[in-house]
Amino acid sequence: MAPKITPKKTPISEQDPVVRGKNFDEVCLGYTLDEARLEATRCLQCKTAPCIAGCPVAIDIPGFIKALAEGDLPKSWEILSDATSLPAVCGRVCPQETQCEGVCTVGKIKGKEPVAIGKLERFVADWKASQPEEAITPPVQDKGKVAVVGSGPAGLTVAGDLAKMGYKVTVFEALHEPGGVLMYGIPEFRLPKEIVRREIGNIRKLGVDVEVNAVVGRTVTIEELRSQFDALFIGTGAGTPHFMNLPGTNLNGVFSASEYLTRINLMHAYEFPVYDTPTKTSKKVVVVGGGNVAMDAARSALRLRADKVTVVYRRSIEELPARIEEYHHAVEEGIVFNFLTNPVEYIGDEKGNLKAVRCIRMELGEPDASGRRRPVPIKGSEFVIEADTVVEAIGQGSNKVLLNAFPELKLNKWGYIDADEKTGATNLPDVFAGGDIVTGAATVILAMGVGRDAARSIDSYIQSKKG
Amino acid sequence: MFKILSKRLIAPKEYDIWVDAPRVARNGKAGQFVVLRTSEKGERIPLTVAEYDREGGRIRIIFQVVGKTTMEMAQLKVGDSLHDLLGPLGNPSEIENLGTVLMVGGGVGIAALYPIVKELKEVGNRVITILGGRTADLVILKDECAAFSDELLVTTDDGSEGIKGVVTDAMQLLADRGEKISQAWIIGPTIMMKFASLKAKELGIPCWVSLNPIMIDGTGMCGCCRVTVNDEIRFACVDGPEFDGWGVNWNEFMNRMGQYKNEEKISLEKYQSEVGE
Ligand SMILES: Cc1cc2nc3c(=O)[nH]c(=O)nc-3n(C[C@H](O)[C@H](O)[C@H](O)COP(=O)(O)OP(=O)(O)OC[C@H]3O[C@@H](n4cnc5c(N)ncnc54)[C@H](O)[C@@H]3O)c2cc1C
Ligand SMILES: Cc1cc2nc3c(=O)[nH]c(=O)nc-3n(C[C@H](O)[C@H](O)[C@H](O)COP(=O)(O)OP(=O)(O)OC[C@H]3O[C@@H](n4cnc5c(N)ncnc54)[C@H](O)[C@@H]3O)c2cc1C
Ligand code: SF4
Ligand code: FES
Repeated sequence: MAPKITPKKTPISEQDPVVRGKNFDEVCLGYTLDEARLEATRCLQCKTAPCIAGCPVAIDIPGFIKALAEGDLPKSWEILSDATSLPAVCGRVCPQETQCEGVCTVGKIKGKEPVAIGKLERFVADWKASQPEEAITPPVQDKGKVAVVGSGPAGLTVAGDLAKMGYKVTVFEALHEPGGVLMYGIPEFRLPKEIVRREIGNIRKLGVDVEVNAVVGRTVTIEELRSQFDALFIGTGAGTPHFMNLPGTNLNGVFSASEYLTRINLMHAYEFPVYDTPTKTSKKVVVVGGGNVAMDAARSALRLRADKVTVVYRRSIEELPARIEEYHHAVEEGIVFNFLTNPVEYIGDEKGNLKAVRCIRMELGEPDASGRRRPVPIKGSEFVIEADTVVEAIGQGSNKVLLNAFPELKLNKWGYIDADEKTGATNLPDVFAGGDIVTGAATVILAMGVGRDAARSIDSYIQSKKG
Repeated sequence: MFKILSKRLIAPKEYDIWVDAPRVARNGKAGQFVVLRTSEKGERIPLTVAEYDREGGRIRIIFQVVGKTTMEMAQLKVGDSLHDLLGPLGNPSEIENLGTVLMVGGGVGIAALYPIVKELKEVGNRVITILGGRTADLVILKDECAAFSDELLVTTDDGSEGIKGVVTDAMQLLADRGEKISQAWIIGPTIMMKFASLKAKELGIPCWVSLNPIMIDGTGMCGCCRVTVNDEIRFACVDGPEFDGWGVNWNEFMNRMGQYKNEEKISLEKYQSEVGE
């Protein structure tokens, strides 16, 4: 069987890099049915299925691929949706290369690429969305009342699962649109907002109430929630931007990636002045960092018609934490990468506007606590990059509003909620937590996975209390 | 939700509205603000809550027309609704009995000062209030502030009411007569807050100022509202909006306020051409 497998993944159509560098439309256009079925035949249907073990939510990958190859799309969908509540999202944004595809048997054969599992997942989910909508009758919801704080992937998953089990769920979201990072962080060209809205629509159809403009800890208090609901799930994410605190951080033109991307995604600044919120029209942009957030900021800057976008990252390409696909897309679009480089100062003009970034070259020294080699500055290697905009994408910390209003809740030494990773249980019996607010900035699939587990433990908690 | 229940023009370009917002009315405190949008494509703008009607589930907002969004708000009629409203945000003012407190307000900042004046009086402080403006018409909420002040001084640039001069002149006057002031609150146009803070420092009076940088989410998630206070970066929406007036880096603050001047102009002109102003 093996020799017949094409070495490469079935090619997928994408917008041309020059064209897409000027629009916010989705880059990857997805497989056609024939292409998807062809790609599905590359799967060996391994008995051991290492891909399942590589998937944080253990999707029956060979199962859904087999059904797809056989053209049984409804069955393929059923298998997928059994394990994941957001397949259209995960198919697009999961780091498959370090999960399922990273351990795929085909990929282990010399000269061969793994099965394009993510693209197939996306295909099946998009097929489902194109089908006539089924009328969903919300199940009878009399088993209890649950409040979910935050409408990111963690909160949405808990809400959907509990609604299906027969709970009345209310989601409280601080922003004016639900979706968390899926809505305000990840750009349209990677994850069309229509898809996120559709997923939220489906959750609403299950009878879940989603209340926007409601900051828990301020608009509604923790005491109110704990007295009105049988249990509470907290999925408030890690959204507080960190700054490097370099000289010049408050110059005009210096942004956190959170601000830069929120203006663009949540507030539609790329459609200013049709939408009221502006962002800067920049000529020369420097993005600091090497993760997905940095890639998103850099590629957004390009789409806002910057002449030159440079990413500076203090380690080397091998350590780049971004999804490899996003890095390749960024390079194709013309974004320049300066590895082993770190900014040391933002230089302003006499009006307080940024005009340049002073950087220093780095080299890799001894491994640090994370096991990666620690970057150390090379003396005397400083140089200057001209820039009118700099975007710092160096990480985020926990969202504090709720935590500050909830001193009884136990935190860990990093300031995140101290919760059991398997069950979401916290030090308070009726309070559960999961997603980035527990793990620190992680991934959509991990947030979703813990949401599933937490829904089950909330169910057993409420039933044991009642029983 | 967020229906406008009443609307009054109280000074040139300054409107006083009551909005239906039961949760904010229930849980809000003096010193806090809301973030609102007028439409689906609108900007999120922060405005202070000037008064809470807890039983009636209403909040009072006083705003000045300065650009696109506030102009759009001025067009709204009683019965219309705001698209979104989030709050109460920011930390409440620290209200306790401190002895004698000095309350300095200017322009539309008086709307933010008023609830603090009221609460400080209610816990037993001796309250001296100074309200300043270019001319008498622009000094809002005089009677309401007077009702909760032991003494109220008005200053106008043109001498049309009270002392001819600026709020710092009145501050000096109090110092000259030997007033012992434990704490001041200064809320108004940036330039006024800057000079009044410098004056307070000169007179040895600790002071709070309420900073109003450009904001987006208002929940600590973007860093757009960052200010430097005592050499530290702070987020006004979650660490403030009140900060130690002695320690604010005013020049940087003013500079950041002007970041979107061009874009604000484009937005306003587009709106004016659409509504035919
Ligand atoms: C720019 C960017 C790109 C990314 N790219 C990827 C990627 O390609 N692949 C991937 O797997 N992961 C990616 N991630 C990470 C991923 O998005 C997160 O790990 C995931 O969204 C975490 O989900 P969550 O449910 O824990 O929280 P979030 O998605 O952060 O949602 C939390 C929600 O809670 C709300 N909230 C906070 N406090 C309160 C309160 N007090 N009351 C009410 N609501 C509150 C917030 O407004 C927010 O909407 C990216 C992240 C960013 C920022
Ligand atoms: C915590 C806080 C509380 C506030 N409370 C009040 C209040 O009670 N009443 C009130 O009238 N205003 C208040 N403001 C200011 C108000 O938010 C702005 O006037 C408003 O955002 C302007 O929006 P716009 O679209 O009409 O004007 P824009 O077109 O956005 O701006 C027009 C002009 O206003 C200035 N400006 C822009 N943003 C702000 C800002 N955030 N603060 C001050 N000036 C700004 C600009 O420099 C520009 O010159 C407050 C601001 C903050 C941060
Ligand atoms: S490891 Fe690869 S080839 Fe094997 S079952 Fe999974 S997807 Fe198919
Ligand atoms: S407004 Fe976004 S952090 Fe303050």
